[in-house]
Amino acid sequence: MGQIIQYIQSYRHSDLTPGAAGNMFWALVYIMLVFVGLSVAVIAMNWLERKILAHMQVRLGPMRVGPHGLLQPIADAIKLLLKEDIMPAEADALIFWVAPFVVVLAAFTVFVVVPFGPTHAITDMNIGILFMLGVSSLSVLGIVMAGWASNSHYPLIGALRSSAQMVSYEVAMGLAVVSAILMTSLNADGTGTLSMIGIVQAQQAQHEWFIFKFFPLGLLAFFIFAVAMVAETNRAPFDLAEAESELTAGFHTEYSGFRWSLFFLAEYSAMIAVSSIAVTLWLGGWLRPFPNLLSNSTWDLVFSLFPGITFLFFAAICFYNAARMPKHPLFRIQTVGLAGFGAVLGLIGLILFIPAVSIRVQDIFWFAAKVAGFMYMYIWYRGTFPRYRFDQLMHMGWKVLLPMGLGVLVLTASVALLQEKLWHP
Amino acid sequence: MTDQNSSLSHLDLETPEKPFLDANELVINMGPQHPATHGVLRVILRLDGEKVLGLECVIGYLHRGVEKIGEHRTYTMFNPYVDRMDYVAAVSNGLGYCETVEKLLNVEAPPRAQYVRVILTELNRIASHQLWLGTHALDIGAITPLFYTFRDREEILKIYEKYCGARLTTHAFRIGGLQYETYAGFEKDVKNFLDFFRPKIDEYEELLTTNRIWVERTKNVGNISAQDCIALGVTGPVLRASGVKWDLRKAQPYANYKSFDFDIPIGQNGDTYDRYLVRMGEMRQSVRIVQQAVNALPEGPIMAKVPKVMKPAVGEVYHSIEAPKGELGYFIVSDGSTQPYRVRVRPPSFVNLQALDVMCRGQLVADVIAVIGTLDIVLGEVDR
Repeated sequence: MGQIIQYIQSYRHSDLTPGAAGNMFWALVYIMLVFVGLSVAVIAMNWLERKILAHMQVRLGPMRVGPHGLLQPIADAIKLLLKEDIMPAEADALIFWVAPFVVVLAAFTVFVVVPFGPTHAITDMNIGILFMLGVSSLSVLGIVMAGWASNSHYPLIGALRSSAQMVSYEVAMGLAVVSAILMTSLNADGTGTLSMIGIVQAQQAQHEWFIFKFFPLGLLAFFIFAVAMVAETNRAPFDLAEAESELTAGFHTEYSGFRWSLFFLAEYSAMIAVSSIAVTLWLGGWLRPFPNLLSNSTWDLVFSLFPGITFLFFAAICFYNAARMPKHPLFRIQTVGLAGFGAVLGLIGLILFIPAVSIRVQDIFWFAAKVAGFMYMYIWYRGTFPRYRFDQLMHMGWKVLLPMGLGVLVLTASVALLQEKLWHP
Repeated sequence: MTDQNSSLSHLDLETPEKPFLDANELVINMGPQHPATHGVLRVILRLDGEKVLGLECVIGYLHRGVEKIGEHRTYTMFNPYVDRMDYVAAVSNGLGYCETVEKLLNVEAPPRAQYVRVILTELNRIASHQLWLGTHALDIGAITPLFYTFRDREEILKIYEKYCGARLTTHAFRIGGLQYETYAGFEKDVKNFLDFFRPKIDEYEELLTTNRIWVERTKNVGNISAQDCIALGVTGPVLRASGVKWDLRKAQPYANYKSFDFDIPIGQNGDTYDRYLVRMGEMRQSVRIVQQAVNALPEGPIMAKVPKVMKPAVGEVYHSIEAPKGELGYFIVSDGSTQPYRVRVRPPSFVNLQALDVMCRGQLVADVIAVIGTLDIVLGEVDR
C-alpha cells in the first residue's frame, strides 16, 4: 500500500509529462481527464455551433430543451443512443461495424501528445507531431471502410471523395508543418525538435510565435495549414464528402443511431485535434499572449486572472439572460436552471482566482482559448462559404497550396540559413 | 424556323447503347427523395466517375391532373386550381389564367384592377426569385442566404395575407378583375416593403456575387447557348441569360406593363452565374415596376362587367405571360358551355427542365445540383 502511494506521489514534483516520466497511474488519470474534457468540448461545440450558426442566420437555434437549448446536445445524445440500430441488408457487416470505431480511435488517439501545458500532456514523444499527423490520417481508412461496407452508391462516392481529399491535402499540410519545424532548429542550441512540447518551448526560447516569424513566411505557412486543416476535417467549404445537397450525407448515409454519433464525435474531435496542431505550431501553444511586451510580474498576475474573469463573464451572461426570461410560471424551471448554470460557472471562475489553481490551469486556459478561436472560425466558414466542387478542391490542393507550401519551405530554409551565417556567425 | 430536325440535330441527344454494367459507368438514381431535387424530381444519372455522361428525368410523382380537372369545373371554379401548379408563384399563375379567360370572354379588367394585379404579380416575382436564390445557394453549399431570403420573403407573404387572407396559394385575382378592394394601408405597406427590400438585394449580392467560391462554382457551369434555348423552347431568365432579350412583358405586353418603365436584364454566356445575375437584376426591376405602379395606382372600379354564369363563345384562345420562371401559357378551348372543353397549360418549368440534359453533359455531379437549382423548377408545375 505504501509503495503504491509512493508511486503515485513520486510524480508530484516532476517537470515531465506522466508518460515521459513513466508513471502509469498519472498517465491514466490524464487520459481520463482528456477523454472527459474532449467529450464535454464536443458537446459544448455541438451547442455552440448550432447557436452561433443560428444567430448568423437570423434565427434563434435550439431554445426548447433547457434554457436557451443548453440541454439540446444531451437530448440528442439520448435520442441517438435509443435509436434502433440499423444495418443495411447488403452491407458487409464486420467492416460496417468496425469503421466508426477506427475513425473514433484515430480521432482520439492523437490527443496523447497534445500539450495543454509544459507538463499537461499525456506523454511527450520525440516524434510528437509526426505521430499526430500519422494517426489523424488513419481516419481516412475508417471513412473508406464505412463507404465501402455500406454497399450503396452515395456512401461510396462520398468515401472516395473524402479519401482523395484528405490524402491530397495532407501533402500541403505536411509542407507547412515542416516549415514550422525548421524554425524550431533556430534555437540557441541549434537542435530542432518534433516533440509537441519542444515546439512550444522553442517558440518560448525564441521569444516569437512562429506565425510572426520571418514575416510573412510564418503567416503563409500558417495560412496553408489553416486551409488544409479545414479540408482535412471535411468541413465547409470543403465538406464535399458529406455534401448534403449532392450525396445526402456522404460516407455515413447508411449509418444511424449510435454508430452515426461516433462519426459525429470523431469529426468534432478531429477538428479540435487539427486546431491543437495549429495552435501548438504557430500560436505558441499554451503561452499567454504578449509574453515579450508585457512581461513583468504585474502583467503575469493580470494574465493569470483571465481564466477566472472569463468564467465570471460567462456566468454574468447566464444571470443576465436568466433575468430576461419571461416571468411566467412555466418558465420557472428554465430560469432557475439557467441561473444555476451561471452559478456553477461563477463558482468555477472564483476557484480559478485562487493563485495555486490559476497557476496550474492558466496554460490549459490559453491553449483552450486559442483552440476555441479556431472552432469559431470553423463555424464562421460554414455560415459564409458555398461548397467547393471536387475538381476545384483538387486544383486548390495540388496547384495552389502545394506550390505555395514548397515555396514557403524553401524560403524559410534559406532565410534561416542566411540568418545563421550572416547575422549570427 | 427552317427545318425542325436540323435545328435539334446538333444537340446530339442520342448516346450509343452501352452494356448495362460497364466498368466505367455508374448509374445513379437521384431522387425522387433527394434534398436537392426541389421536390420529387427523379434524375437517373449515368456517370463516369464524377463526370455526367447523360441523364434522364423521370417526372410525374406530383401529377394531380390539373388540366383534366379543368374540364370538369366552371371557369370560375378552376381559378384556385392554377395556384397549385407553381405554388411559389401562385399569383402569376392566377394572372395568366384570369387574363386568358378574359381574352376568351372579350372583357378587360378595369385600370385599378390592372395596377393591383401588376403590383401583386411583381411582388410574387420577387418572392419566387428569393426562394430560388435561397435554395440554389443552399444546393451549392451556402446555407445562410436561405434564411435571409426567407426572412424578407415573409414581408411579401404578409402583404398577401393582409390582402386576400392566404399566403401561398392566394387566389388573389378573379376573372374580370379583383374580388377584394385593397385594404387600408396597402400602398403604405408596399412602399415600406420596397424601402426595406432594396438594401436587402445588396445584402444577398454581398454574400455571393463576388464570393470566389460562388463564382467558381457557377461560372461556366451548365452553359446553354441561345440557339439551344430556342430549339428546346426554354424561356424566362434561362433564355435571357443566354443573351436573348425576350421578355413577354415587353414583347407582347399584357396587363398594363407597357405603361411602366423597366429594363430587361440579360446575360451573355448562358452559364449559371449569368442566370444568377439576371435574376438578381430582375428583382431590382420588379422593385422599380412596383414602385411606379404603387405611385400611380388609380381610383375606380375593380371588377369589369362579367356575367355570373360564364359561357364564352365557341372558340379557342392562347395567352401567355412572363411568369418568374418563363413563359406561362394557357390554351383554352371553349365549346360554349360553362366548362372549358380543354385547358392546356404551357408551364415554364416543364419546358425548361428539358434543357437539363444538354446543360449537364460533361459536367460533374455537383454541377447537376447547381443546374437543377439554376433552372428554378417547381415540380408542382412540371407535373401539374
